[in-house]
Amino acid sequence: MNEQVLLKNIDNPNAHRIETYEASGGYQGLRTVLRDFAPDEVIEEVKSANLRGRGGAGFPTGLKWSFVPKDSPLPRYLCCNADEGEPGTFKDRILMERDPHQLIEGMVIAAYAIGCRTAYLYIRGEYGLSIDHCQQAIDEAHALGYLGPNILDSEHSLEIHIHKGAGAYICGEETAMLESIEGRRGLPKLKPPFPAVAGLYDCPTVVNNVETLACLPHLFSRGGEWFASIGPDHSPGPKLFGISGHVKRPGVYELPMGMSLGEMLEEYGGGALNGQFKAAIPGGVSAPMFPRSEFDVKMDFSSLAAAGSMLGSAGVIGLDDTASIPVVARRITEFFNHESCGKCTPCREGLTWAAKILRRIEAGQGQPGDVEQLEMLCGSIFGKSFCALGDGAAWALGAALKHFRPEFDALITPQSKAG
Amino acid sequence: MSDTRSLADIKGDLGAQVQQIMSRYPKSRSAIMPALDLAQQTYGGVDGLTYQAIAELLDVPEIWVFEVASFYTLYDRKEVGRHHIRLCTNLPCMLRGAETLMNHLQQRLGVGHGETTSDGKFTLSAVECLGACEQAPVLMADAQYHGDLTAEKLDALLASLAEQPAEEVS
Repeated sequence: MNEQVLLKNIDNPNAHRIETYEASGGYQGLRTVLRDFAPDEVIEEVKSANLRGRGGAGFPTGLKWSFVPKDSPLPRYLCCNADEGEPGTFKDRILMERDPHQLIEGMVIAAYAIGCRTAYLYIRGEYGLSIDHCQQAIDEAHALGYLGPNILDSEHSLEIHIHKGAGAYICGEETAMLESIEGRRGLPKLKPPFPAVAGLYDCPTVVNNVETLACLPHLFSRGGEWFASIGPDHSPGPKLFGISGHVKRPGVYELPMGMSLGEMLEEYGGGALNGQFKAAIPGGVSAPMFPRSEFDVKMDFSSLAAAGSMLGSAGVIGLDDTASIPVVARRITEFFNHESCGKCTPCREGLTWAAKILRRIEAGQGQPGDVEQLEMLCGSIFGKSFCALGDGAAWALGAALKHFRPEFDALITPQSKAG
Repeated sequence: MSDTRSLADIKGDLGAQVQQIMSRYPKSRSAIMPALDLAQQTYGGVDGLTYQAIAELLDVPEIWVFEVASFYTLYDRKEVGRHHIRLCTNLPCMLRGAETLMNHLQQRLGVGHGETTSDGKFTLSAVECLGACEQAPVLMADAQYHGDLTAEKLDALLASLAEQPAEEVS
């Protein structure tokens, strides 16, 4: 068993309390940062450790922080994206419910690096226990001087406020999330300007995922070199994977990146629920699926991108022999159609249309040319929608059509062809 | 959402807490979502009078409050039952039988998606991913998650909820 870092205390029922956290080395990373590092040196250390964002895109965290202008007279904001909603993803919920001080300490460190005094923690509204435990962690950290004015007698001050979401997947898109914190509908905004330059209230803003921030205390208490030594060079550090769907042992697993998809599903997921695996989705439903013949693909940011998919939110969903790929594709497409914010035409109209075709294929009323029509729609949405929601939807559907075309054709029966 | 509340009542009920919420943000518009959430926890839902009260407390146009309330699915703009059952039907739950469970719930309660039983006890909704796929199939009953569901577990849950008063929606 590899060393558990993020999940080290996960089975301790008191892991969410600050006494437990401090007793196992908590807030030592922050002490080290405030004692030994200037803000720029924090950014350099995170860059050299090659921490990549755990929210979906895998963008280098230190580089993102370095885009915040040094000379801006405006306040800077840190926003933690805890609007976890990508189907198959539940790692951030487990971190917040069971060991939230890792996140709070990480936010204090990130805020120090970018010179921020007010941070918002955007948690989806359904996550009641996460909200309670994070608020309790914030209150505890305040009481012991890890938050508030002059943290640990330094010049660094920070307040963290929880902003509760209210049921909108799109608010996981960073500009939509910022709109939501500003009290608007969650509609993505055009980039540039990027949030680092003009984000929340048009001020320089960094948006980071829960797991990304939770890595920081460990990175600084044990050093960037230690961090970089875990997993492959291009995708280092402790990583959480959620394994769900047709597997015998669904759950969250902390594993080094670079393991094969097949090994992850068999060794950790416990194998297929029924018979054998037919396919698997590597990183939440936006990530294109792989058929079993491609299960040797390595589970890290770079390898999955090279293989035409993505690590995304690392939500691994197993699909066994009993899964009908057209049904899976219909459900994924319906989800994206439901969550489309309606701002741009390719996503709003294209997904409605695609879902309609997929429903009629499933009902045995498919028509010749339906698969080609779906392919045309994927091409008209991908790269042409306003934000990544449409891209993910088209990408996921495209992979299902590409790898499992015969399953779609088989549903488009000769009878319905004649009709 | 009782008819006897006046605008002044709502402003009186929520005013002090809304003031406190506003202090977390540089702009009062940001307090719209937390204020709607507070109103929903206080009254069990939100309506036109709530929007007006929040708009006046925050000194923002009422349409700003309505456009937020009508975008996010967790704000109940029509009356819901004493207990709101939200069954996840997204992919990981679907693969583990959520569609069968949805049919079971519809039969047991005699209502479809988005509907409320005639005795006002239950509202049933099929929802998107609840972020608890390790416990699939999973549902949210009021604010509480229940996972690894079977038809038997659903029946037991419905029986125990039928005995309980509405929980605080948090």
